[in-house]
Amino acid sequence: MSVNEGKELRIIGFLCNWCSYAGADTAGVGRFAQPTDLRIVRLPCTGRINPLFIVRAFMNGADGVLVSGCHPRDCHYSEGNFYARRRLEVLKALLPVLGVDPGRFEYTWVSASEGQRWRSVVTSFTEQVHALGPMPGFKSGTSLDMCLCHMDQNQVL
Amino acid sequence: MASSIDDLKSAIKEALPDLDMVIAWTAGPDPLSHTPLFITDEADIERIAWDPRCSQNLAGYLTGLRGKKVGVVAKGCDARSIVELLQEKLIDREDVTIFGLHCTGAVDARTTRKALGSSRGVEDVAIDGATARFTVAGEAKTLPLGETLQQKCFTCTGADAEVCDHFIGEHGLPPQVGERPASTLEELEAMSMEERLHFWEDQMTRCIRCYACRSACPLCVCQDHCAAQSREPHWVDQTDHPREKLMFQAIHALHTAGRCTECGECERACPMGLPIMTLKQALNRSIQDLFDYRAGTDPDQAPPLFEFREEEKNIKEREW
Ligand code: SF4
Ligand code: SF4
Ligand code: SF4
Repeated sequence: MSVNEGKELRIIGFLCNWCSYAGADTAGVGRFAQPTDLRIVRLPCTGRINPLFIVRAFMNGADGVLVSGCHPRDCHYSEGNFYARRRLEVLKALLPVLGVDPGRFEYTWVSASEGQRWRSVVTSFTEQVHALGPMPGFKSGTSLDMCLCHMDQNQVL
Repeated sequence: MASSIDDLKSAIKEALPDLDMVIAWTAGPDPLSHTPLFITDEADIERIAWDPRCSQNLAGYLTGLRGKKVGVVAKGCDARSIVELLQEKLIDREDVTIFGLHCTGAVDARTTRKALGSSRGVEDVAIDGATARFTVAGEAKTLPLGETLQQKCFTCTGADAEVCDHFIGEHGLPPQVGERPASTLEELEAMSMEERLHFWEDQMTRCIRCYACRSACPLCVCQDHCAAQSREPHWVDQTDHPREKLMFQAIHALHTAGRCTECGECERACPMGLPIMTLKQALNRSIQDLFDYRAGTDPDQAPPLFEFREEEKNIKEREW
């Protein structure tokens, strides 16, 4: 069902349990067609997100990272997303100095009832990442290759 | 500076009986950078050195000496680190006595050694206007400031220790640098994203993972609990891949975001001369734009990532 004709990229979504994860579920229950590039990691709150999760995802070969949580003032824990907003905004300054295109990372707010909105966020973000193409790797091998190569070495077959 | 060093010595002599120790600088093995001096005895006071070779930020010792009455000598940038430590309640104001100085700029031992051809025989260094004057084996030599100062001095926001108990000497302006080399951040900004990634890959290939950058940072206070060595979660693996070393630099930059005063110790301490303060400069610039905040200026402010506003003035979120 991919809108990108089988050429999937690796996009990681960090979703808050209370709003956006449920919002994505609503989109699924409503059978809204959406791109399938996104792999979701469910977290208790966007306040739990360490900006290093996102850096680590890029270092390990992600082509894009999306963070989504409850709208400001709707946080289950009152202020988690307020802290997250500051941290993620600051992270935006670090990624481009490291060589990660700022278009590969976005954060947004989607509530549990906004299935339609979730669909449009995922679709626009996926298109945005596809426009940039795969994340350039290190010269000494892409990050993903390096990870796979470690796995091979460590696996007893 | 001759008069201010005498004033500094007498101020320390007067304060020492009420303190457990005073931290200052003294001539060390490297002729281009002075080394810390821990004064507990009046006789040590004579060994104090104060000139542009006093580059080390002595604030880094304060958290480890918490609970003791400590005096510390500080340049403008060092005093900003002390203010940041006070803001974070990592040290206690009543236990620290700050001897503030006016700084004319600190020499970068690495670039200066290159510009002079060698550091052998350097006996004296003074900065006077836009020139650095050296006495090398009895002979006078000069260099323009652009070839000798540390990166941080090119963008110094105040060469006087603003917060201090005793100010010694006269107040003045930061060094008046004429021509200066482009900063790494400026060079990076002219590159494509992919070139930037490869720039860091090349730099990190040279990193030996000694963590001197971390040990020298006055704000790295986690000690044995550093994320770089934690196994659970395993933030960085033990391989020699530049990716892991860059990951560590991202950890250091993000853990000092909104706290880093650009004291330059991380870069100065790096034995491989890696331009790692660049990442922190980029974050600081964005923190200034977003929160109108500069670390180390006001002891009563909280660092911006320690708090939030429901309505953020300068954050414009993405509309989908
Ligand atoms: S940054 Fe300013 S106070 Fe610090 S060493 Fe340079 S000139 Fe002196
Ligand atoms: S990160 Fe570097 S420049 Fe910033 S406070 Fe630490 S040592 Fe100083
Ligand atoms: S001080 Fe330099 S070589 Fe050592 S870990 Fe830090 S960046 Fe790497």
